[in-house]
Amino acid sequence: MNRSTYIVVGVVVVLFLISWILKAVSLSGEDDGYILRGFLITMSAFLTLAIFSFLYRDNPFYKFAEHLFVGVSAAFWMTQGFWSTIVGNLIPRLSAGLSGFFMVPHQPSPWNISYWIPVILGILLLMRLSAKYGWLSRWPLALIVGTTAGLNFVRYLRSDFIVQVSSTFVPLLGREPHQWQGAGAFVSQLDLSATGQLAALLTNWVIFVGVFCGIVYFFFSKEHTGVFGRASRVGIWVLMITFGASFGYTVMGRISLLVGRVTFLFRDWLELIS
Amino acid sequence: MRQLVPLTITFCVGTLLIVSVFIPPLGDLERTFTLWFDIIAVFAFFLGGGNLLRVHINKLRRRKTDWGFSIVTLAGFSTMLAAGLFKIGNPGDIATAVDAPGSMFYTIFDSVVVPLGSTMYSLLAFFVASASYRAFRAKNREATLLLVAAFIILLGRTPFGLMLTEWVPDSFSLLQIPNLAIWIMNSPNLAGQRAIMIGIGLGVISMSLRLILGIERSYLGGDNA
Repeated sequence: MNRSTYIVVGVVVVLFLISWILKAVSLSGEDDGYILRGFLITMSAFLTLAIFSFLYRDNPFYKFAEHLFVGVSAAFWMTQGFWSTIVGNLIPRLSAGLSGFFMVPHQPSPWNISYWIPVILGILLLMRLSAKYGWLSRWPLALIVGTTAGLNFVRYLRSDFIVQVSSTFVPLLGREPHQWQGAGAFVSQLDLSATGQLAALLTNWVIFVGVFCGIVYFFFSKEHTGVFGRASRVGIWVLMITFGASFGYTVMGRISLLVGRVTFLFRDWLELIS
Repeated sequence: MRQLVPLTITFCVGTLLIVSVFIPPLGDLERTFTLWFDIIAVFAFFLGGGNLLRVHINKLRRRKTDWGFSIVTLAGFSTMLAAGLFKIGNPGDIATAVDAPGSMFYTIFDSVVVPLGSTMYSLLAFFVASASYRAFRAKNREATLLLVAAFIILLGRTPFGLMLTEWVPDSFSLLQIPNLAIWIMNSPNLAGQRAIMIGIGLGVISMSLRLILGIERSYLGGDNA
């Protein structure tokens, strides 16, 4: 860090202190802990601005916020894991004494001894930090991989394959609340209402043809020529619309977060909007 | 020992979980193994925390570039860990939830993790906008479809989209941009997502089989792949 960086850091620290004082003063009439609350709101605002400063370029404020986030997040997940899994699920099965200490109900069972297995494997996982016994960490990893593979095999076969395939076979000639009543009725009731029969029918056709052509596109064992090639081309169009829609949806999600942060800055910190 | 034991564990656990679906008395195995998985995952969190400490303490000791920021990481880590493990400032006794409002853990989470996390993600809005400005060109039919779909979804979720096509009569309401956006999400988007999901499903099933049968060994380390 050069001299100008130190000056900028100094200015920011002074601004932080001024903002803290002003915020605490504005909160003083509301509650007793106004000094702490003022500090927390000011800190959140400065951390938000520190992250936004990356839009200019990488700088010490961004690095500060980034390093703080890494440290605090790691501890957050460790703590959550400890209290919810170790204290919430493991200790009640392994020790009556510790259950009493942590004030969680003891769950005695003759099978509880089996819960020493993940504890031992968990300790073996920590061997990864040792150069000599690091290979022992493969054993718990093998259990994790085996569990994931065993569970996912059934789960994906059911939810991502069987359910998805069966949901694709939809009626192509009308469905609730637009039952098929013949071509005459269909033509006479034709309109482009979002809740009308044409929209419902179009949806079913697009889903059936779209899924079929999408899968054809992913089938690489046959050359994409002729009828197969045309179906594959339609598959690409469907996938392109999907990617476009997913993109738009993601962008809107990020914009919502941005609006949330900007609202925080202008309402909770600066009190410029109500 | 280094290969046979892990391969045997993977085979036995994977096979047992698949077989348990067909044998009702073994149905509880899924819950047991999921809990075992969670317990080992907590040790993995501890391993991650230990590794974080090791990396940053080494950086500090050797005065590597930006070593000063390692102090920030270590301070944040130890403060949050102490606040969470010892339930500092928790209202009530040890049985009270660690994230109970008013506790130091909750306060740090609310004032540091939440703003930093949401700002980090919101930052992506700028990068995505900038990347799309450069990448989105209606060069051919496929690119145009992507562009139009994205544009309709973006417009459909803003009041501006509603305002633009408010005049369209109810009998043509599908052409109103918000309705069109909903239709795109529920129809062509669903079809594309479903085709991708079926592909992913088949991929996961085949990968699971490869892992259980010991054909895929990359998780054992580079020399066993």
